Amino acid sequence: MTVHTGQSTAKAAGEGARGRVRTTGERPGRLRRALSTHWYAWTMVAPVVIVLGVIIGWPLGRGVYLSLTDANERNVGRTIGANHIDATYKFVGLRNYTDALTDPVFTQRLVWTVVWTVCCVSVTFLLGLALATILNREFRGRAAYRMMLILPWAVPGFVSVFAWRFLFNRDNGLLNKVLDGGGISAVPWLDDPTWAKVSVIAVNVWLGVPFMMVALLGGLQSIPGELYEAAEMDGAGPWQRFRHITVPGLRAVSSTVILLSTIWTFNMFPVIFLLTRGGPGDSTEILVTQAFRQAFVDSPRDFAGSATWGVLILAVLMIFALVYRRSLRKQGEVW
Amino acid sequence: MRRGIAATALVATLALAATACGGSDSSDNGDQKSSGELSGTVTWWDTSNDTEKATFQKIAQDFHALHPKVTVKYVNVPYGDAQNKIKNAFSSGSDAPDVIRSDVGWVADFASLGYLDKVPDAKAEEVDSAFLKQAAASGRYDGQMYAVPQVIDTLGLFYNKKMLKDAGVEPPKSLDELKTAAAAVKSKTGRTGMYLRGDDSFWFLPFIYGEGGNLVDAKDKKVTVDGPAGVKAFKAARDLVTSGAAITNATDGWNNMETAFKSGKVAMMVNGPWSVADVYAGDAFKDKSNLGVAVVPAGSAGQGAPQGGHDLAVYAGSKNLAASHAFVDYLTSQNVQVQTTKALSLLPTRTAAYDQPDVKSNEMVQFFKPAVDKAVERAWIPENGALFEPLKLQFTKAVTGASSPEDAAKASGTAFRKILKGWK
Repeated sequence: MTVHTGQSTAKAAGEGARGRVRTTGERPGRLRRALSTHWYAWTMVAPVVIVLGVIIGWPLGRGVYLSLTDANERNVGRTIGANHIDATYKFVGLRNYTDALTDPVFTQRLVWTVVWTVCCVSVTFLLGLALATILNREFRGRAAYRMMLILPWAVPGFVSVFAWRFLFNRDNGLLNKVLDGGGISAVPWLDDPTWAKVSVIAVNVWLGVPFMMVALLGGLQSIPGELYEAAEMDGAGPWQRFRHITVPGLRAVSSTVILLSTIWTFNMFPVIFLLTRGGPGDSTEILVTQAFRQAFVDSPRDFAGSATWGVLILAVLMIFALVYRRSLRKQGEVW
Repeated sequence: MRRGIAATALVATLALAATACGGSDSSDNGDQKSSGELSGTVTWWDTSNDTEKATFQKIAQDFHALHPKVTVKYVNVPYGDAQNKIKNAFSSGSDAPDVIRSDVGWVADFASLGYLDKVPDAKAEEVDSAFLKQAAASGRYDGQMYAVPQVIDTLGLFYNKKMLKDAGVEPPKSLDELKTAAAAVKSKTGRTGMYLRGDDSFWFLPFIYGEGGNLVDAKDKKVTVDGPAGVKAFKAARDLVTSGAAITNATDGWNNMETAFKSGKVAMMVNGPWSVADVYAGDAFKDKSNLGVAVVPAGSAGQGAPQGGHDLAVYAGSKNLAASHAFVDYLTSQNVQVQTTKALSLLPTRTAAYDQPDVKSNEMVQFFKPAVDKAVERAWIPENGALFEPLKLQFTKAVTGASSPEDAAKASGTAFRKILKGWK
């Protein structure tokens, strides 16, 4: 509704301006008109557009170009001191893409990346929602609890991940010391493929809950208290109130945080890389850590292959965002 | 853009060369050893471990006393990340180190990419005549010398003398004896026999040499890791873990191994001279004589450990080539080598250093020198470092039981052939 009103006002304003222009007997081109009307806006936006173009557009374009070549560390041109080496890489078309998509490694990594994302996002969301609901009521020491729950967010990511790595150490880690005291034999946290997967998910959930909690708490506080009062008067139980007031009231916030969290988790490089380096073996390697491995660990560095993986990751995320948006639009959400 | 940078760099190099020449001309006062002619900053990326780094930092500072106009910037880069970090720095050129301590397995890789400056002819001649032959070989690529060997090493079987004595066994000579010894340690002391490092492919090499195999045959351009010897090697490593003779980890292997051994939780480990200083710091080795070292256990067809070590190389894009080469010269001088042997039990690369009393009397040198002489020299190909990545993956999978020895060997072979294009 609001959109409509806005449009009609703009149209009215435009017509008014055109009317005035007509009196002078000139009719400037569309571009010039847009520039003369909005020159101030264009000037304000220009630096951002240029910066974005340089730091995002150029690397992106270069990445797409590299993914169509056979560039690697040996054949790109470089000059090091007196040594000058000419660029000898060449255009290979879509070969890298067919190679990547027919490689079973890509499918394996994709499957685990999806499992990892779904597990992390769903657990983080449910925990965040539970904590937010608890913190949304009045009780003693609420501020202190909020502070404590937000703490993981205040610690730099790599510090927390290293701390967890010490906790998880099988022979000397605190977790196994505690379990040992309780009579449970050592759990191979990072040494067994399944446990390692559980461990990385646990750490990522731990890191992600504060964000979810804060966002959802904000959403909860924007739901008018009268709704709950009225529902209570009508005899609705706690579950019914949650189901019919809290959940719909949170939909706008939750749909956004789930989308964001999905994209972040899908590309969550530090947790995997610093905690397990993709190990044991390659069992916790996700798409981005594998792309990093190709570009920076293996030798000679495979720039083309890594760029291909990067473009594929971007494509997967874009498809996800489109589908997600469409399904939300069907439910009547607009964003 | 690129050309712009290159041009600036060229101008800068020329300017520096000009000033350097001017410097040497003006200081032409007959005193050739005068330190006045060298100046500038030399950044050294050292990969020595936590126990060793203080010694090397001090040595680096001593160079400044020798050449007051040269400032040495000492940076310790953890060995595990070093190859990657060095490549990043070399390829971008910004904040690149002037001198690096490179694992012998990386030299060919860096050199083939054009990152390293050739060792000056005079120095190369000296290395050829005064250094250990197999150490000198590691610094060469394509007939040229790109790096000067700093230390040489190999793996040996470290054992806790007291624990083996309590268990009533001799230091094992073969994998079978190792299993018997481990069982005795377990029953007599309740401790585990051995720590097997499962997260680093260097520790796989004694197994494959023990079965009479090798990773590759560089002469015939053949991948041999997936041959019968390779399969047996993966089997033997796995067997140590399943039989209970050894414990292993898929992550943090280095720290866990050191902690377990030096605190007396395990009786044996396979390790190199670079770990000696750290072991001595442990509770179980307050009495240094408790540490014994033997040759790595033999497999079914042989006995051997890989030749390892570290070389020093100069970045081709360094702005202070003269000072950098002089610094490498100094680091590989006899005095410094003797100093590191005394402090850290590291093995010198100069033949004459072994005649020095401090080196001669060092117990670790007494053991490791003959071991190094017999160590298996690796193929010095640029892909050396690259091969270790997929091998590490398969080694970890094999020792933890995530894949069978046959599959691990086969997968390693496939990965090797992907890296070594055109090899059989």
